[in-house]
Amino acid sequence: MQYFVQQMVNGLTLGSIYGLIAIGYTMVYGIIGMINFAHGDIFMLGAFVALIVFLILTSLFYSVHVVLFLLVMMVVAMVMTSLYNWTIEKVAYRPLRGSFRLAPLITAIGMSIALSNFVQVTQGPRNKPIPPMVSTVYNVNGISISLKQIIIVVVTVSLLALFWYLVNKTSLGRAQRACEQDRKMAALLGIDVDRTISITFVMGAALAAVAGTLFLMYYGVVAFSDGFVPGVKAFTAAVLGGIGSLPGAMLGGLMIGFIESMWSAYFSIDYKDVAAFSILAIVLIFLPSGILGRPEVEKV
Amino acid sequence: MANIAQAMRDETATPIQRGLKEALYGGAISFGLFFLFIGLRTDQNISNELILVPRWGLLAIVVGLVMVVRFFYVAYAQPFMARQKIVNVTSGLLPDSVATRFFRLPYFIAALVIAVALLVFAGSLDGIFGPALAGYMRFFRALAIIYALASVLFYFRTFISAHFSALGIGVLVAYPIVVVLVLTLINGSMASGFQGSLKWVDNFGIQILIYVMLAWGLNIVVGLAGLLDLGYVAFYAVGAYAYALLATHLGWSFWILLPVAGIMAAFWGVMLGFPVLRLRGDYLAIVTLAFGEIIRLVLINWREVTNGAAGISGIPKVSFFGLMSFNVSDPNYIAKVLDIAQSGAYYKIFLYYLILGLALLTAFVTIRLRRMPVGRAWEALREDEIACRSLGINTTTTKLTAFATGAMFGGFAGSFFAARQGFVSPESFVFLESAIILAIVVLGGMGSLVGIAVAAAVMIGGTEILREMEFLKVVFGPDFTPELYRMLLFGMAMVIVMLWKPRGFVGSREPTAFLHERKAISSSFTKEGHG
Repeated sequence: MQYFVQQMVNGLTLGSIYGLIAIGYTMVYGIIGMINFAHGDIFMLGAFVALIVFLILTSLFYSVHVVLFLLVMMVVAMVMTSLYNWTIEKVAYRPLRGSFRLAPLITAIGMSIALSNFVQVTQGPRNKPIPPMVSTVYNVNGISISLKQIIIVVVTVSLLALFWYLVNKTSLGRAQRACEQDRKMAALLGIDVDRTISITFVMGAALAAVAGTLFLMYYGVVAFSDGFVPGVKAFTAAVLGGIGSLPGAMLGGLMIGFIESMWSAYFSIDYKDVAAFSILAIVLIFLPSGILGRPEVEKV
Repeated sequence: MANIAQAMRDETATPIQRGLKEALYGGAISFGLFFLFIGLRTDQNISNELILVPRWGLLAIVVGLVMVVRFFYVAYAQPFMARQKIVNVTSGLLPDSVATRFFRLPYFIAALVIAVALLVFAGSLDGIFGPALAGYMRFFRALAIIYALASVLFYFRTFISAHFSALGIGVLVAYPIVVVLVLTLINGSMASGFQGSLKWVDNFGIQILIYVMLAWGLNIVVGLAGLLDLGYVAFYAVGAYAYALLATHLGWSFWILLPVAGIMAAFWGVMLGFPVLRLRGDYLAIVTLAFGEIIRLVLINWREVTNGAAGISGIPKVSFFGLMSFNVSDPNYIAKVLDIAQSGAYYKIFLYYLILGLALLTAFVTIRLRRMPVGRAWEALREDEIACRSLGINTTTTKLTAFATGAMFGGFAGSFFAARQGFVSPESFVFLESAIILAIVVLGGMGSLVGIAVAAAVMIGGTEILREMEFLKVVFGPDFTPELYRMLLFGMAMVIVMLWKPRGFVGSREPTAFLHERKAISSSFTKEGHG
């Protein structure tokens, strides 16, 4: 039982990170119906910005409170990564809006290749380890919960609350939901569609940047190629939860996290990704539009 | 209102003013983007700690470059492109196209003279100009040759576009012979001609043709049937491992295992096809992607059979239909049978013709299938699935045949790949490969075989040629490695080509069924299917 709860905690941590990335996928998909393949690399960029900020901070200040450290890393990563995603949307996706469906998919794949190689070229191909930032571990009834895990869950929950508020209670969120339903009608009613879409990309990137910062803090290492696997898993999570649905993305992220940690705990660690992907295929066979997704109705 | 006022200010501003404004804007954004990544570099010091190394000079250069490019684009290139579309008031004609102004006879003659002169004095360049300048001269020579060739192509453009397929096949068939002959003439001996041709036939010819074949195979699934497949590389892997395992364990010949590998891959295509039949669009895309990853992960982890990440080595070579072998130790080694000098180039040239044959087979089958009921059903499925179903087309079998046929060609290409490399490992079958193949299909203009071949040549050949750019070392210093920038440029090229031609290189389609006359239509009228 203890072992099981321990794995639950690990899965929750992992799932939070996947969920944060998956929200970016699902928001972009909801509003313009494209798979933003570069999102995984946006996550990696976020982790790298956090790494560089960490190095700047440690070289400038000898000792600062770790929460302040994390906060600065997160904010800078959010700003920088948002700038990247904003530029990418403007350069690579906006000119192709309304073009055929595969065109933005290809530019997104191209951007993903370009981004990861840009980081490889400018920062070098090696793994970048940092000294552990937080090392406190609590022991509750034989279950070890590290402070890192608590930070990840707390940050995720508070960000989700913030996002829920933004999307459901503000005029910005209303504009987003309107664009999601019918872009033309939204434009006729005076919503600046381009701006709304840009903001959606910025929001997705900000969440991915937070995920990247948390990833760096949790694992203590990042490399230029680290965007792909979490990116694919987060996208899997988004599809599993029903793409286009925000709670679905978080739910899918948690599911993928649990599947992974349970599978590596009870079966074999080698096949954990195979398990995650197989469950995706099985779920989609029975629920072709994900768990919380709306079924697609085709008009003739 | 703000937008309108902004637009009016933009109208009245001269191009130069607009260019300056845009340059400042672009400079600010690129400074923000590159400040952390180019301005600072994370490096490891002696005690293995990460430290930051500033590179402000490089940052300034990059930002400056962005500003200059943006300025010239907005101030000169954009107005120029706009002018190209405006008819001259007095003559009523469109202005001369850029191409006719660029390719002129005097320029052509000058380029030819420069190229020939620099080729004749190739040996003494270093002596005359010194090594640094000689590098630039070689670059200049390459430019002159490219310009001269492009002029010739431009002059015969109508003839070429009328007979593109025949000419293309002719060039492909003659390619290794021409390479060997030219290198023999330059180096003065037959042996060095063969030796020098290795690189050109193997790295360029075979490499490009493998991608052409894969893209043509994927084209059946994506371009004809309209099913978005992001895991095509899985079938490539199945074919490669089928040949590698059966050939090393059972010792069967390539010619038996080629169809076996194709059948295995087709079987896996059906296996993938069954569960995803109900899925559409992006759900289909993610499940195919997951399938590709599953196959790769199984190849890595099923160590007893596949030898894990270390891969399988010592895969036997292809023989010349059992008559001649390409192993030096065999009694029927080709050089012994034909009584010629030993060389590794024979095998590469043979492989070149083998993959050329396989690729042409793919094209032939695709063209024929498009005229058969199943091919028509694929295209109908792509255009409208509901209409298809109401007209009595069995969408299940139609989709499955598309998956199986596409997968079969992937399997053929895979077994060829294994035979060519002599070594397979899961490293070769990552998602990036699927993405590259899909990108080639879309960049070529989905469904157009010629466009796909051109896209493969441009994208794969373009990145391969970066390895040859030794002269860049003169410009950027001796430790500059152009290979490092290969994938970065590949990704950017994908974006730029797609923005420039969202419908791919070949934007028109020839119908297979028509009433009175065959008339090519714009590909904007064809649908892309949604899974």
